Amino acid sequence: MAPATAWLLAMLVLPLVVVVVFSFGERAAAGGYSAAFTFENFANLGTRWAAFQNTLMLAPAGTILCLLIAYPLAYYLAIKADARWRTLLLILVIVPFWTSILIRSYAWIYLLGGQGIPKLLSTFGLGNPRLINTPFAVLTGIVYGYLPLMVFPIYVSLERLDKRLLEASADLGSPPWRSFLQVTLPLSMPGVATGCMLVFILLMGEFLIPAMLGGGKVFFVGNALVDLFLQSRNWPFGAAVAVALVVVMLVTVTLYMRLTRRWAGARDEVALM
Amino acid sequence: MADGTETPIAELRAATKRYGAVVAARSLDLSIRRGEFLSFLGPSGCGKTTALRMLAGFEVPTEGEILLDGQRVNDLPPHRRPVNMVFQHYALFPHLSVADNIAYGLRQRRPRPPAAEVDSAVAKALETVRLPGFGPRRIWEMSGGQQQRVALARAIINEPKLLLLDEPMAALDKKLRHDMQIELQTLQRTLGITFILVTHDQEEALSMSDRICIMRDGQIVQVGSPRDLYDRPKNRYVADFVGKSNFFEGTVRAVEGGSARLDCAGGIRVVGRPSEGVATGQAAIASLRPEQISLTRGEDGIPVTVVNRIFLGEHTEYLVRNPDLGQFLVLSSRQAEAGEGNFEPGETGRARWRDGAALILKND
Repeated sequence: MAPATAWLLAMLVLPLVVVVVFSFGERAAAGGYSAAFTFENFANLGTRWAAFQNTLMLAPAGTILCLLIAYPLAYYLAIKADARWRTLLLILVIVPFWTSILIRSYAWIYLLGGQGIPKLLSTFGLGNPRLINTPFAVLTGIVYGYLPLMVFPIYVSLERLDKRLLEASADLGSPPWRSFLQVTLPLSMPGVATGCMLVFILLMGEFLIPAMLGGGKVFFVGNALVDLFLQSRNWPFGAAVAVALVVVMLVTVTLYMRLTRRWAGARDEVALM
Repeated sequence: MADGTETPIAELRAATKRYGAVVAARSLDLSIRRGEFLSFLGPSGCGKTTALRMLAGFEVPTEGEILLDGQRVNDLPPHRRPVNMVFQHYALFPHLSVADNIAYGLRQRRPRPPAAEVDSAVAKALETVRLPGFGPRRIWEMSGGQQQRVALARAIINEPKLLLLDEPMAALDKKLRHDMQIELQTLQRTLGITFILVTHDQEEALSMSDRICIMRDGQIVQVGSPRDLYDRPKNRYVADFVGKSNFFEGTVRAVEGGSARLDCAGGIRVVGRPSEGVATGQAAIASLRPEQISLTRGEDGIPVTVVNRIFLGEHTEYLVRNPDLGQFLVLSSRQAEAGEGNFEPGETGRARWRDGAALILKND
């Protein structure tokens, strides 16, 4: 067996097999796993429906929000920004990554909490909305945390865009906004597809941001997993939830890839992984 | 061709383009005739591309005016000018098929022309550039020469008032370039569209153009037909750029009735037609084309030693050396060789030319 195959089996396939096997087992009396063959864990998946619902709502929503904010930013950086400032601006996009997401989420807890933005709003007489522990707070944290991952692939595809194509488009009678739609946007689709895939997949497994900014009210499948494995120590049920998440992810990602393939005219540069 | 009363299809009037302190084009004055094939010729950085881009609308002149069909278009953006360009590296849209690339211009028109009309125009354009049936292909499936035809089709389908060609042959190999030159010229005649070519290749400009505009340092040096420029270059720069020429420096001794006498090193005299501004007592140069000089074994002419010989088929090119004038080129026809016989490298002989054959030019 080739070393690479062995490596892949040991590090990737074997753990997955373990998870699948566990998902058909029973919780041992003191917690953990005891061997069995039952579908009970999968039958109970419905009790964690809320986690799946939140994940399947907020992960796509977060991806789309990231895209909507990242595209103009990447466009500005790649096309409009003065070349002298470009590197500095790019570094500014990465700088937050140098601090732990934990610390940055704490900052958001304060900002969205009673002493933060709501207080500021109330001093201006704009009401005192509750922000922390809402889907809005989780979404804010998600977009804030994942934005760079969306900006970079889009930036790269826009930066590589041959600017003469825009001149050619203008020369052929297209006003600038239509050149954007007909040339810039389609040619940056590989970056958009890569960015969306990256952010979406990571978001599906996210647990830190909902744990901190959702305060137990807005939780993802990831939080359910942490709870099942570490708190109630029901490994088999946790494994079943994990398997379900993998299946959901495979289905959505496959659908998404089908869609982008067709959209990009069956070009293979689109696919990431 | 156009007569004097017709409005020029395009005009540059004292058009100047500055980038900060750098002047890319300095007060260009040129009127382009309807249906002509005009080339901007010059080395890189001479302002020829700037001139083309001002016509296309990608550059707005800092001073002066650009006119299209008698209308001032300085402030008209590129997408509203009835002008199309074939870009240096074609700038074809990689995400569109060949047919969609060619149809691009028609599809920008408002109201949008019916699909059937666009399709038939695309088919006709493909026919014109001799790529019938290539419509569904992808751009990267096409060779360099084919891509160039697609770029050409994409431009001519719009029936522009001016077709601008920015070094369109630069990326092609020599053989293909030659075929394309002939094709382009034929196309221009059949379509009757005014072509403006930018090139640094003098052979290309000479063989294709009705008129050539020679540029240097952002200025126009001389405009004329290839023959004009070859026979009556205004100065050394033009003579050097158009065809091969030998230059002998000297001092003007006499200018009289369309003839000037130049005394060169070693007391060698050259008599020829003076260009404008050549005056007695000035330093000037004599320009002699290699084919105007002949090599003999007789007693006439200046003594030379043959340094090198290149056989060119119908002609033989000799590099010869005279102790006073240095090295220069002589082109001998096969006919002349029949009389005088071959000269071998190292052999001595005499080089001579007709009085009046030379041009006496200002040395700039």
